[in-house]
Amino acid sequence: MSTRSFAIGLGSTPKRVLPGFGLSLGISLTFVSLMLLLPMTGLFGQLAGLSLAEYWTIITNDRVVASYVVTIGAAAVAAIVNAAFGLLLAWVLVRYEFPGKRLLDALMDLPFALPTAVAGITLATLYASNGWMGRLLEPLGLQVAYTWVGIALAMAFTSIPFVVRTVQPVLEDMPHEMDEAALTLGASDITGFRRVILPHLWPALVTGTGLAFVRSLGEFGAIIFIAGNMPYETEITALMIFVRLQEYDYAGASAIASVVLFASLALLLVINIWQGRFIKRLHGGHG
Amino acid sequence: MQRIGDAPAVRRLLITAAVLLAALFLLLPLVAIFAQAFARGVDVFWANITNTYTLAAIQLTLVIAVLTIPVCLVFGVALAWLVTRFRFPGRRILQTLIDIPFAVSPVVAGLVYLLLYGRTGWLGSWLDGHDIQLMFAWPGILMVTIFVTCPFVARELIPLMQAQGSREEEAAVTLGAPGWTIFRRVTLPNIRWALLYGVILTNARAVGEFGAVSVVSGAIRGQTNTLPLHLEQLYQDYNTVGAFASASLLALIALLTLVAKASLEWRAARREDHA
Amino acid sequence: MSIRLHAIGKHFGKTQALEPVDLDIAEGELVGLLGPSGSGKTTLLRIIAGLETADREPGGRILFGERDVTHLHVRDRRIGFVFQHYALFRHMTVFDNVAFGLTVMPRKQRPSSGEIRSRVHRLLEMVKLEHMAQRYPAQLSGGQQQRVSLARALALRPDVLLLDEPFGALDAKVRQELRRWLRHLHDELNFTSLFVTHDQEEALELSDRVVVMSDGRIEQIDTPDVLYRRPANRFVFEFLGDVNHLEGSVRNGVLTCGDARLAVDLADGPEELLLRPHEVELAEKPAAHAHMPVTVTAISPVGAEVRVELAADWLGEPWLATIRHADYERLALARGVRLYALPRHWHRFPAERDHQPSKTVATTS
Repeated sequence: MSTRSFAIGLGSTPKRVLPGFGLSLGISLTFVSLMLLLPMTGLFGQLAGLSLAEYWTIITNDRVVASYVVTIGAAAVAAIVNAAFGLLLAWVLVRYEFPGKRLLDALMDLPFALPTAVAGITLATLYASNGWMGRLLEPLGLQVAYTWVGIALAMAFTSIPFVVRTVQPVLEDMPHEMDEAALTLGASDITGFRRVILPHLWPALVTGTGLAFVRSLGEFGAIIFIAGNMPYETEITALMIFVRLQEYDYAGASAIASVVLFASLALLLVINIWQGRFIKRLHGGHG
Repeated sequence: MQRIGDAPAVRRLLITAAVLLAALFLLLPLVAIFAQAFARGVDVFWANITNTYTLAAIQLTLVIAVLTIPVCLVFGVALAWLVTRFRFPGRRILQTLIDIPFAVSPVVAGLVYLLLYGRTGWLGSWLDGHDIQLMFAWPGILMVTIFVTCPFVARELIPLMQAQGSREEEAAVTLGAPGWTIFRRVTLPNIRWALLYGVILTNARAVGEFGAVSVVSGAIRGQTNTLPLHLEQLYQDYNTVGAFASASLLALIALLTLVAKASLEWRAARREDHA
Repeated sequence: MSIRLHAIGKHFGKTQALEPVDLDIAEGELVGLLGPSGSGKTTLLRIIAGLETADREPGGRILFGERDVTHLHVRDRRIGFVFQHYALFRHMTVFDNVAFGLTVMPRKQRPSSGEIRSRVHRLLEMVKLEHMAQRYPAQLSGGQQQRVSLARALALRPDVLLLDEPFGALDAKVRQELRRWLRHLHDELNFTSLFVTHDQEEALELSDRVVVMSDGRIEQIDTPDVLYRRPANRFVFEFLGDVNHLEGSVRNGVLTCGDARLAVDLADGPEELLLRPHEVELAEKPAAHAHMPVTVTAISPVGAEVRVELAADWLGEPWLATIRHADYERLALARGVRLYALPRHWHRFPAERDHQPSKTVATTS
């Protein structure tokens, strides 16, 4: 070994062999403090000006509560639909070969790449009563635009990649011996899928669906155009914040925003903990 | 090889269902954007694009993206280097913090910046006293854009650099290479495609951000309107063709992003095959 | 139940993984499929299991006893299959893994849950894992996982047990133990077993008969003893153990190779002889029939015999000789010592791959 590396071993920062610790730590901490943490103080400062009773009144206002119901309900429907649709797409993309497969695969990322406002006006135009889809669906008695169905549709559109892209790699990594073991033991396709493949995909499916749900709770641009934004009926919580801001009610906006913020962070935390437990069981660790 | 779901009938049914649903749900909107943009012909489309306000919005959007990318790049690389090459207390917390922008609703993201730097905020009022206005002006737009896009580069790099480990860099240290050379000659060649993809994602989100930007922009036509805000205004004014003309530009960037991703993945897969 | 294959072959795309083969396995036999990787042995096993479909050739048939299973789906063939990497269901406990085959039976044939429980416990007892029933696979060692996998395969009381490199992923000691234990289980339960391995020692130790394969062909089917003593061709000979080569030309009954000479009963011309390490003796003086000076380059006195590496100018590749410890001490072997190699036997496979019986000659000494 050269004397140089020996010198590094005995240098002033003994444990760090690679250079750049100070620089990268400095950049990261500065950025995180200035861009992520400092702005949060604004929110807490605003909230600190409210008494608990005032806070409670704002966040339990009838119109606001109605917006929670609309948002959570539509997000739940979107998440469940996406779980099924996402599983189907991931399955088809991993298990089968067919012409246009790569195109389909690339298309999965469209909702992530397409700006939400563009998605919003497009869905609103498509599903309006004179739009391509609206013209087909309305005679069947299904009104999508300006109803909660439209909200759920927009949420489903923006969050479908979460499910597909979470399930896909897990399905890809699943050894073919799992299928074969189930088949040699006499399982039918449906039993094999239900008892062997689905449990294997379950952590990824729940995580992906959970992420899709969280994303839907906060989505704004894709929804407001198709929602109709009728107070008490088709008004989502993110829009409530926006409405309060336009009324220059910063305290009200902050209070509602804090609810959304904590709900999202709490959900993410729950997803992470749950996933950790599941993975521990599958990959070892006792108990 | 026998696998579950291999029966031809099952296979055909599932592929058909998936393709139909994807066409209806994902492809149709994409087609609709361009169909609407060109609904009144190329001339009207072109007139809408070259309209003064549209050009101003395009310009502002591009400026914001061009300024956002280097900031996210430097931060992303620094953070990825930090958390994958060193162990130190607080490492996990730092990695969790970086995910906040993904979890936070864009409207909330815009709001927190408005509360801090707006005239009523503690920092904003001080800045106001010195005649510096960040909110309802392009610096505010830039700040929230950086906020919502900052995780992309880091999120692409961290798993890759973790998987690659630091053995190559350590080898370079024993051979006496200085720090910057190690990064440029050893690390960078290994991560350049992930870095490129991170930049492409950052760009896609930067030009398309709507919720956060609409809170802090003030949406003054020709001044603080980005392309997404501009198309919203046109849409609300019932200028559908105009709105979709702008939308088609953003959709084009989205398509280019998809093409770039597909080709980068293809390249990676091909390299794996050769390995 | 016996297994009979007739004209079973397989192509993957344009490459032929398996030439059409015939194979008869008697009821209760334990047969090893032995060959290097890419020899088609796993393909053959998987075709028998029904995990791969054989080429559609007229007359291609697979029979289990009198039952024609050629076109039967894997789930209806009633086989037990043990995978190299166990393929346990990671989200199920050991108990649920073993019970799986019983619980997925059609409701009418399915045993009662009490019956399933007692059957699974009996199986777990048999593989000595009854105390692990509620563990998950990730909490078991590799050897334990493979035993669970075996119990799972046996739960449906299959007529035929197929094992794909069952011990390949285990370390040497566990492998030994499981081998003996599988042999024991086989003799006790008396099913027909077929296993794939690339390890000659494993195949020779465990099997009643061994099927040696290479390049998608069956080279020889015989008992371990016959296989070792009378290999059908050069491939089988070389695959079944270490080989020393001796190349030279014969004139008037003497093979010459550099300064080495060996009396052989062969016609004039170029020759290549093959020798096993234990067929090479070492002596301090040349013998009448052989003058082959060598130098000791390495010694490994580990195990029942001493392995000695020999080099000489007339040798392209060094030879390996195995000698008894007593001889090792008597000859006072050390690196650099010069000695004479005395072949006791040699083998000769004149035309490669023509499936003619070989010539094995004991040299007169």
